[in-house]
This record gives sequence, C-alpha cells and structure tokens, in this order.
Amino acid sequence: MGGTFAEKALGRSVGRTLRANEVVTVEPDFCMSHDNTGPISRTFKKIGVKNVWDPKRLVVILDHGVPAPSSDHAVNHKEAREFMREQGAPHFYDVTSGGGVCHQKFPEEGFALPGQIVIGSDSHTCTYGAFGTFATGIGRSEMAAAWATGQIWFKVPESMKITATGRLGRGVSAKDFILKVMGDVKSDGADYMSVEFHGDGIENMSISERMTLCNLGIEMGAKNAVCPPDAKVLDFIKGREKSADWEPIWADPDAVYAKEMTYDLYDIVPGVAKPHTVDNYAAISEVRGTKIDQAFIGTCTNGRLEDLHAAAEILRGKKIAVRTVVIPASWNIYREAMRDGTLDALLDAGCIVCNSGCGPCLGAHMGTLAPGEACISTANRNFKGRMGDKDSFIYLASPYAVAASAARGEITDPREAIGL
Amino acid sequence: MKIRGRVWKYGDDVNTDVIFPGKYTYTVKDRAEMAKYALEDLDADFNKNAGPGDIIVAGKNWGCGSSREQAAICLKERGIGAIIARSFARIHYRNCLNEGLPIIISSEAQDLANAGDEIEIDFEAGVITAAGRALKFPPYPEFVQGLVNDGGLIPHVKKSLGLA
Repeated sequence: MGGTFAEKALGRSVGRTLRANEVVTVEPDFCMSHDNTGPISRTFKKIGVKNVWDPKRLVVILDHGVPAPSSDHAVNHKEAREFMREQGAPHFYDVTSGGGVCHQKFPEEGFALPGQIVIGSDSHTCTYGAFGTFATGIGRSEMAAAWATGQIWFKVPESMKITATGRLGRGVSAKDFILKVMGDVKSDGADYMSVEFHGDGIENMSISERMTLCNLGIEMGAKNAVCPPDAKVLDFIKGREKSADWEPIWADPDAVYAKEMTYDLYDIVPGVAKPHTVDNYAAISEVRGTKIDQAFIGTCTNGRLEDLHAAAEILRGKKIAVRTVVIPASWNIYREAMRDGTLDALLDAGCIVCNSGCGPCLGAHMGTLAPGEACISTANRNFKGRMGDKDSFIYLASPYAVAASAARGEITDPREAIGL
Repeated sequence: MKIRGRVWKYGDDVNTDVIFPGKYTYTVKDRAEMAKYALEDLDADFNKNAGPGDIIVAGKNWGCGSSREQAAICLKERGIGAIIARSFARIHYRNCLNEGLPIIISSEAQDLANAGDEIEIDFEAGVITAAGRALKFPPYPEFVQGLVNDGGLIPHVKKSLGLA
C-alpha cells in the first residue's frame, strides 16, 4: 500500500513510514507569521525561553494592516520589528516596497519548497501546497510554543483526492472551479483532511491558479491542500530557494483516500459564493443582476498578476459603475502591473489601486462596508461582518466576474463582457 | 472536574469572524477586554448576558474560518465552562485546547438540551447530564489529555521545559 502526500511528507520529516491517524511530532522547516508576531512574541516571552530555537526558520511578513491604520496596529508592527531584531532573525519583511501579502511573498521569496513542512499563524497558510509543501495554519500559542521548542504535533491526516481533467473555458477561472468544489464538499467536508489536487486539469493550470485552489482548502476545513510539484513548480522555485533540504514528494498511485471526486473543467461555469458562507455556491446565472455597492480585486486568493490581467481585460476602455478597490498581492506584482499597463487600464476605468496588503478582506481598513451594502470580492471569506459591518453582504467570485460586475454595478456573467 | 451551567444553543458552521470580529483582532490586546466582544456579530443576547459557567451547545464545524486564537480567548475569558459541538473546525479545536477551554464532541448533545436549560458535565466520568438524561462522551485522545491536564499549551510547554 502506497502513501498519500501527507503520509509521505510528514514521514520524510520524522524518518519513518506513517499512516493516517498516527500522531507525530515534527520540526517545521519554516514558521510564518504576520502582524500577529507582536502578540506571539509576548506569549513566547511568557514561556521563559530567551531565544527562539532557530531564528533562520522564522519568516515574518507584515500585511494585515499596512501601513498601520491605527496606533494599535503600529504597536504590533513595532513589537514584531523589535522581536526580530532581538532574536537576530533575518527573514523580516517590513512595510516597504519589498513586502506584500504574506501568502504571496512567502513563495516569491523562496520559502515554499516541495516536501517541506511549514506552519503559519494564519489559516490560509495552506496556500503553499501549490508548491508541493505540507503547509498548515495554527494559532498564536502554538506558534509561540514552536518558536521555543522547534516542535509541533500533528495527527497524520486522512486525504481527499480531487481530480480535474481538461481545461477551463474562456472567462472561467480556477476560482470558479474551487467555488464549485467548495459548494460540493461544504465548509467542513474536508475537516482535518489533506486535500490533494490531481489530473491533467491541474497540470494545465499556472502556479497562480494552483495557489488559488490551495488557498481555499481551509474553507473546506482542510488541514492542508496540495498540488503536484511538477516542472512548473521546479521552474518557479529555481534560484529562489531559501533552504537546500527539500525534495519533490507526491502521493503513490495506490495511496488510500477517505474520499475521491472528479471534475471535468470543461463543465465549470462562472460561479459565486453567496452571503454568508463560503459553500453557498450558485452559478453566476442564478444571481445575475444582483445590485452591488463595491467591488474588490486582490488578496492572497486572487491578487496576482494574472488576476489583475483578467480584470484589466474586462475593464480596459470601460468605466466602473461602483467603487472598485484593486490591491496587488505583492509589490513585485504591483510593479509588473504598473510596467505592463495593467494598472493604467484599471485606473482609466475608475478603479482605485491601493498599496499591497490584505486591505479590506478582514474588515480592518481600505474599503470596509456600510450596513446594507453588498460587495463582490475576489477574496476567500464572505462571513457576516467579515468586511466591516455585520449587516453587509459579500459575494465571492473570480477576478473576471468581479470586474464585469464592477462595470455594470450588478452581478454579471463575465462571458457576456468578453462577447461570448 | 464537574461543571454546571446554562446552555446557549447555536447551529452549524459558526465561524471565528462572528465569534470575535476581525476589526478587533489587532486593536484589542487585553485578554479580559476580548471577552466584551464575544459573539458580537452572532448573538447580541449572548454578548450582553452570557456569564461564567455557561455552556455553548452547537452543531457541526464550530469555529471554522480564521485561525484567530482570540475566538477561544474571548470565550475563555467570558468564563464559558465548555463548548459542546457535533464537530469543531481543526484550528479552533486546537486553539481551545491550547487556551485550556474544555471542548466536547458529541453528535447527540443538540437533542439533549434546549437554550436556557441547566446541564452538568462530568469530565472524569465523561458524562453530560440534562433533564435527568445522561449522555456519555469519549475522553480526549491521550496526546491531548496531557495538554488539558496542564491547563493549556503554554503551561504544558513550560512544564515540559522545566520552566514551570
């Protein structure tokens, strides 16, 4: 009997063969934290250990409230900055043009490597599975404990195999595929599980699209989500690697799965997750015409160059009908989009382009909603109150659909906007 | 340990954004102050009236979404005695245990008690008692029990490092 990705990746870390449901203690290859580094450092100090176990394994990227929208946020940033300096920890990404959203910067900087174990004090840490990394979100206390001990316990998860064949149609994106999957699996359908994406449909996808898929693993309850570490991944990480101790690992053909599902990407249509749950799926045709007050294009889910290109493809030469906030997921992406004219196209359409960071995704700043307002967003969560007021409404959709909807002020099938 | 408390009852998929809203995640730093915002976007009655010893009884996937540990801290600081749910989202499950907030997985608890009922939980015996009926629940897995016995992860780690 062969192993699943999770069994093999955790097994590599402990040096023996593992099977689902065993409990193991592993040493993480990297520990990612963001603005919560300040509070974590306070908890760390309570433990009574002076130094973190390995300062080179800490990666801190400020993104949740940047630049600081309040003095409370500024204090968090200050604590993070001081802690990293005290610890002599080199991998600190401050509020500069070298930063961005943590889940974008982490792979850009070469920390997401095949076969490695990454823990992050953010639920969307599962994004790094796009690079064949076993990456999972944890809480603040666990991060403080991991810094002190260099160890964390895991139950080896059971696995779910999602196979995709074929290619997505024009105006349809990886987001539409994963919204459909989330609607089928439901928000707890993969609870505690490792979600593996297989098939030529995944091989056909870009790194950016695979990041969108893995990013939303947590919204099905998954411990981690992962795509095969193929040539596209190896090409991406070449020259960026921040560690030499990595190895492409993938599930064996005879691995045992708790659940298997298969999709033909030709069948996927533009979709949305309606308020207020991520699994409240509808084909866009079912909600077409719903009035919106704001559109948001960005985040670790869909703030990459391809996403901005998709939005610009729709909005070039048009004007937006509702306020539209665009936030590139990193400053590298910002610069590329500036150079290739994408930002000009979006600005010409009337969008505002904000500095790279999490923006309004978690309701902190830069585009929060008023009571009764509706927003169509490329982000990953549409929970009640997520973007500000508990009486506002969030529809999750692809960059194509958000841009097409921004142009009309109502939810719009992007295929109409590109003349299909 | 035995606790007795009043039941607050909720459905499926209660996420950590409604347990502790995101707008407070980087502005409220005091643990006791976090208690003020518990369930603010879900239930105004709870937010105003829940008190020490009260017990939350919920459906599936309690605590889904963000990894914010404040969702566990605000309930712990509010004095919530335990959370009983059909299932817990993974990160929140760990956060509750790490904060020393007792949690119980039970598929039948929702049928056992109504909102406002007084119920009793005997953790050693693994029994929930409500309206004269008793319901068994399984003990924590062995590897979790050590954490629970020490009152949460940080005391547990201090002890294991000889710093307690």
